[in-house]
Amino acid sequence: MEMAVSCFRNHGETCIMEQLWRFHGGVHPEQHKALSTRHPVQTARLPKRLTLPLNQHIGELAEPIVKPGDKVLKGQMIARASGYVSAPVHAPTSGTVLDVAQKPIPHPSGLSALSIVIESDGEDRWVASQAVADYTSLDPSALRNIVREAGIVGLGGAGFPTYIKLNPSSHKSVKTLILNGVECEPYITCDDMLMRERADEIVSGMRIILHALQAEECVIAIEDNKPEAYEAMVAATRNEQGVTVKHVPTIYPEGSEKQLVQVLTGQEVPSNGLAIHVGVVCQNVGTAAAVHRAIHHGEPLISRFITVTGSGVKEPRNMEVLFGTSMSELIEQCGGDIDHLDRLIMGGPMMGFALHDTHLPVIKTTNCIIAATRADLPQPRPVMPCIRCGACADACPVSLLPQQLYWYAKHKELDKVQEYNLFDCIECGCCSYVCPSNIPLVQYYRFAKGEIWIKEREREKSDIARQRFEFRNQRLETEKAERETRRSKKKAALKTGNESDTHDATQTEIKAAMERVQSKQEIAKTGNEKNAENTAE
Amino acid sequence: MLTAVLALSVLGIAFGLLLGFAAIRFKIQGDPLVDQIDALLPQTQCGQCTYPGCRPYATAIAKGEADINQCPPGGETTIQALADLLDRDPKPLNPEHGVIKPKMVAVIDEPVCIGCTLCIQACPVDAILGAPKQMHTVIAEECTGCELCIPPCPVDCIDMVTVKQDVSTWKWPYPVFAITEKPA
Repeated sequence: MEMAVSCFRNHGETCIMEQLWRFHGGVHPEQHKALSTRHPVQTARLPKRLTLPLNQHIGELAEPIVKPGDKVLKGQMIARASGYVSAPVHAPTSGTVLDVAQKPIPHPSGLSALSIVIESDGEDRWVASQAVADYTSLDPSALRNIVREAGIVGLGGAGFPTYIKLNPSSHKSVKTLILNGVECEPYITCDDMLMRERADEIVSGMRIILHALQAEECVIAIEDNKPEAYEAMVAATRNEQGVTVKHVPTIYPEGSEKQLVQVLTGQEVPSNGLAIHVGVVCQNVGTAAAVHRAIHHGEPLISRFITVTGSGVKEPRNMEVLFGTSMSELIEQCGGDIDHLDRLIMGGPMMGFALHDTHLPVIKTTNCIIAATRADLPQPRPVMPCIRCGACADACPVSLLPQQLYWYAKHKELDKVQEYNLFDCIECGCCSYVCPSNIPLVQYYRFAKGEIWIKEREREKSDIARQRFEFRNQRLETEKAERETRRSKKKAALKTGNESDTHDATQTEIKAAMERVQSKQEIAKTGNEKNAENTAE
Repeated sequence: MLTAVLALSVLGIAFGLLLGFAAIRFKIQGDPLVDQIDALLPQTQCGQCTYPGCRPYATAIAKGEADINQCPPGGETTIQALADLLDRDPKPLNPEHGVIKPKMVAVIDEPVCIGCTLCIQACPVDAILGAPKQMHTVIAEECTGCELCIPPCPVDCIDMVTVKQDVSTWKWPYPVFAITEKPA
């Protein structure tokens, strides 16, 4: 392995990852991908009403810049980014803003978030937009700004603002760009279909990203269960320099950024580190296509490919959907009956989550919705005690000890779980998948992570409160001391100083004031006289 | 016999001097235990423990004057943490000092406020903003929910409001299910 790594480093530009490595563990769940790749991608019907949550990305909530009653055009910004880690939201179609209010969002909590509701006027009229004629003449920071203003976030599922990933800190040079077309989760095929149908857009976006990163080479990684996508990408990159399309063996969770970097470069991303620490930036193929549209067409991110699948729909397929479209409409268009679903899942069966409602809007991170019946997802089997078999440790792609994490998380020993590197867990669900006792291990890890975050936040808040309290006490004390000194000074002056002196001082002050008043009165008098003379004349 | 006594006495004196020197040379300023206890307290500065703030309470615990179960805002977590730190048995919260409530913040009913500044003077963390005869408002981010601003208000315009959970503060719940001995 060591030798191979050095080969990769030495030959740099010419030998792009001839060899593949593998990561620890991983599982092979049933694919169910053929279900939704039978039909070409269809554009979903223009919905009457669109609900756009303002937190479709990781980071700060976007800040609304429209109010109810405003007319908006397709592609017009309706909420701006507020802060560094944030992304703006654009109107997916033209129409009228109906409401800016808390609406239910697709989130495991089932809670609501501030959203903008737009009623479409059916005209789908674009706002005037400006395409970039020659992106190579722009410097990387200008490109990043366009990507930021277009509201582009990682479309692989996490929704991290893309422009930040295009901004590697100055001392880190990026050698390789990896375009992630792995799509390892069962059921999901939106990236597969995108590569089949829009390979040119992905390649064009890739060129822009390479320019923005000033990177040397690009690897497009595709699992070997997607031969059509592979062929399409090979055809589209035939004339590209320094670009390889790579078939990687099918294994879950290969699409996870750190695992993919390991498969392609043999280097492990350090704990608490990012791919950039090994000179790599990873972008989803969908993100690359979005970058292409933003630069070459001046179009912000307002739609995406979404897989609508599961045996709850008659025609599982991929659709190009405007953000804000209700999921129930998509299910209907695919011949599903929302009243006869067992569960509705956003994302895949491994990492996705069950939704509390079918009328939730599609957001930037919605890659797949599974209209599941009992046939897709059997009822969870009864949970039995852990028998310490170690199957979870064999399956863990991060080489953690899931059993130990489970024991400590179960007993809420938060220090211990951190000692066992809880925060390196990517919540892929491999451990739960292989557990013969059907223990929902990931749920324990999520719980423990949440607990630790909350504790941390409370600690920070209490530290601030302590500082403010101490500062206040200090201020009160200095104020008191100042008052005290002033008083004692006055007292001392009264006691020791010549009393007649102070008396005289007051007298002169009064005299001066009297004189001032007198002179003023005189001036007024003469003025009046003059005025009187003037009127007489 | 005498040699043994002498030898031990010399050793005793030598180590005694060494320890005495070390005690002066490496003396720690302040009481580290108070800092440790203070770090575990919620810093609401509410005074429900009968001490004027979290640090005085921490000092009292360190001196053994106060018990560890007098802090309602900290609740069971704080009692547990204090018990772990001081190697004592955790006890339930002493109800004399109050009850455990969900996290709250003060909200001023602004049209009613007369701008008397009494609440500003009462707030231990300077979380209320205002001036004489001007409307006051609470900086929600800084409010610790200590309720000290409520009694001084002459027009009763301050309410304690439970902090609502939103997506950013939500956390995954503890998984609950029955463990079965045999597969059903």
